[in-house]
Amino acid sequence: MALIKCLNASRGVLRSVGARYLSATSQKHAPTEMYVRDALNSAMDEEMNRDDTVFLMGEEVAQYDGAYKVSRGLWRKYGDQRVIDTPITESGFAGMAVGAAMAGLRPICEFMTFNFSMQAIDQVINSAAKSHYMSGGMVTVPVVFRGPNGAAAGVAAQHSQCFAAWYGHCPGLKVVSPFNSEDCRGLLKAAIRDPNPVVFLENELMYGTAFPVSDEAMSEDFLIEIGKAKVERVGKHVTLVSHSRPVGQCLEAAEQLASEGIDCEVINLRSIRPLDIETVQQSVMKTNHLISVEGGWPMFGIGSEVCAQIMEGPAFDYLDAPAIRVTGADIPMPYAQVLEDGALPGVKDIILSVKKTLHIQPITESA
Amino acid sequence: MSYNATAKFLQRVLCKQPLGVRTYSVEATFPIKPIDTHKLENTPATEVQINKDDAISYYTKMQIIRRMELKADQLYKQKIIRGFCHLYDGQEACCAGIEASLTPKDDVITAYRAHGWAYIRGVPVCNILAELFGRKLGCAKGKGGSMHMYSKNFYGGNGIVGAQVPLGAGIAFAHKYRNSDTVTVACYGDGAANQGQIFESFNMSQLWKLPAIFVCENNRYGMGTSVERASASTDYFTRGDYIPGLRVDGMDVLAVREATRFAKEHAVKEGPILMELVTYRYHGHSMSDPGTSYRTRDEVKEIRQNLDPIMNFREKIISAGFVTKQDVATIDAEVKQHVENETAKALASTEPDFDQIACDIYVTDTPLSIRSCNIYNQLHHQPSV
Repeated sequence: MALIKCLNASRGVLRSVGARYLSATSQKHAPTEMYVRDALNSAMDEEMNRDDTVFLMGEEVAQYDGAYKVSRGLWRKYGDQRVIDTPITESGFAGMAVGAAMAGLRPICEFMTFNFSMQAIDQVINSAAKSHYMSGGMVTVPVVFRGPNGAAAGVAAQHSQCFAAWYGHCPGLKVVSPFNSEDCRGLLKAAIRDPNPVVFLENELMYGTAFPVSDEAMSEDFLIEIGKAKVERVGKHVTLVSHSRPVGQCLEAAEQLASEGIDCEVINLRSIRPLDIETVQQSVMKTNHLISVEGGWPMFGIGSEVCAQIMEGPAFDYLDAPAIRVTGADIPMPYAQVLEDGALPGVKDIILSVKKTLHIQPITESA
Repeated sequence: MSYNATAKFLQRVLCKQPLGVRTYSVEATFPIKPIDTHKLENTPATEVQINKDDAISYYTKMQIIRRMELKADQLYKQKIIRGFCHLYDGQEACCAGIEASLTPKDDVITAYRAHGWAYIRGVPVCNILAELFGRKLGCAKGKGGSMHMYSKNFYGGNGIVGAQVPLGAGIAFAHKYRNSDTVTVACYGDGAANQGQIFESFNMSQLWKLPAIFVCENNRYGMGTSVERASASTDYFTRGDYIPGLRVDGMDVLAVREATRFAKEHAVKEGPILMELVTYRYHGHSMSDPGTSYRTRDEVKEIRQNLDPIMNFREKIISAGFVTKQDVATIDAEVKQHVENETAKALASTEPDFDQIACDIYVTDTPLSIRSCNIYNQLHHQPSV
């Protein structure tokens, strides 16, 4: 089913999502493995424990344990004051989160999905992002907006949009898009501690995926610097740069291509804004080929920005082929499975693009 | 941005003893117009007491705001102020009356007609004017302008109609979270009163019993649209439905003060309350609106002659024996001079240094490089102080 498909698309150690966890808070499947959901949960738990100005608000986050169970157990542990169920009024509660942040608290404002953030986008941009600047540095807004972003499975057009490019466009915001459990832990903790407004883009299809995590990542003070990308796989023939779930697809494509002698370097951006173009530049200067991979729409997207910045910088002279993009199709998300499959980039799109870029298949040959 | 400059000025005015004039009264009682209530068993008082020092203070502050706004009008026409400029003259009793019942620890947030509020919350006139001129001395370093002025316990200054109300509810949330006995005053206009996000704020504030006073400054026109043409119900004080409300004469500083005293008590003990202040703005919506296409000159004139908050309060304090006509004339002259002095200070301030352009975007320990308009020159974001 769709869920199995999504599991197959992720690299790392895979576990069945049938396993259920009945006890509260921090979960680990095995000592060195963690589900993405639990990585997020433990990050919030630890930060709420450490700083009592941190609180969580959103629809169903408290008594329902979270629409996607990301906040499971937190209400039972911290109570009504710290974990708050809001009415279905995004514009109002996002504004309240911003106001509470201005007044010195550290809200985590959950959007059940980022599609619903459009109702509140004025508060995220005009109230949160711009206030520090408009006030000449007087007002600070230490708020985190988090929730699932991008496509899920079979949820159709209004529930499948990726907002990385929209939020990434705006100065004053930090925008983060983690891939695996370690990313989620380190980046969410960093986001909560950050004195700036942070948009934290999760991925629903990743919540049920487990990844190995280092001992370092289990520490309560484990932070990942916002604005730094990670090279997930070192390679020498082509650079694949991506964010969120598609990083897993790049890694899978890289494995398949490795058996054909093509060696891909895979970069996990981790942050959309600030964008770590230096890591991409370093990589392109080595591999001479660049492909960006994202789930969002092609026009004015993350890949557009990466390519434009590569053009403007030192790496351009090292390109042996035009930098190209793999993206979601330029269509509203359809419902029928066969159509949905064609709307989102798959491993095959990445492999095709790598081969074309490296002139391994003649350009005239159809895919 | 402290109270100091204003406090010093007021002290001078209050202590001044004009020659040959004696005033004996120190306290007086005035009736106020009945305050309409919605879902309230108790009501505010119908008579208020005021002492001489407070009376002179309210009068002086309202007069300063009036003069400052007229000065802004003048300077806008000279193109020293640019962009948006929404003036508050006519509405002085609203901010002065509310402030009279607040403490510096209570919070206030309002929309874009914010100069009077910025002043009453402690921003000196020169820093307000300098902000309007886009100068270094501006309270937001010249980076905010008319609609984005802030101070301690004053959250602006907000340009998007209605957006400040959820922010205000969030600030009230923070007060409650910290178990403090302070309130948040969140102001909006008759035009904003129909915004959905305001009703969302009402709902959550009532659900969670937040210490919020929602203030509708009803100046009867939302830009060029009269209240009758915009709202199916113009009883704004009832629009909170389950939230109790008061409708107050916003041209009477004493009525506003009393209503706020009552509202604060309610907000701290019971939860949110709505206060509609019926007021009027002499200027159009902004400096680009003459304000005569949707209302008659006669209407404006009539309000000026009969309902002006400063003129009426002046008559009260003279009749109470707090001051004589001569005293008032002296205060007026002092206020005029004060505003002139502050204007001169603001005009003398220079524009921000260009290297400020990319600062204060983020709170940051380290310097950042920011893209400029071309790829050959970078802008630099200094670390936060």
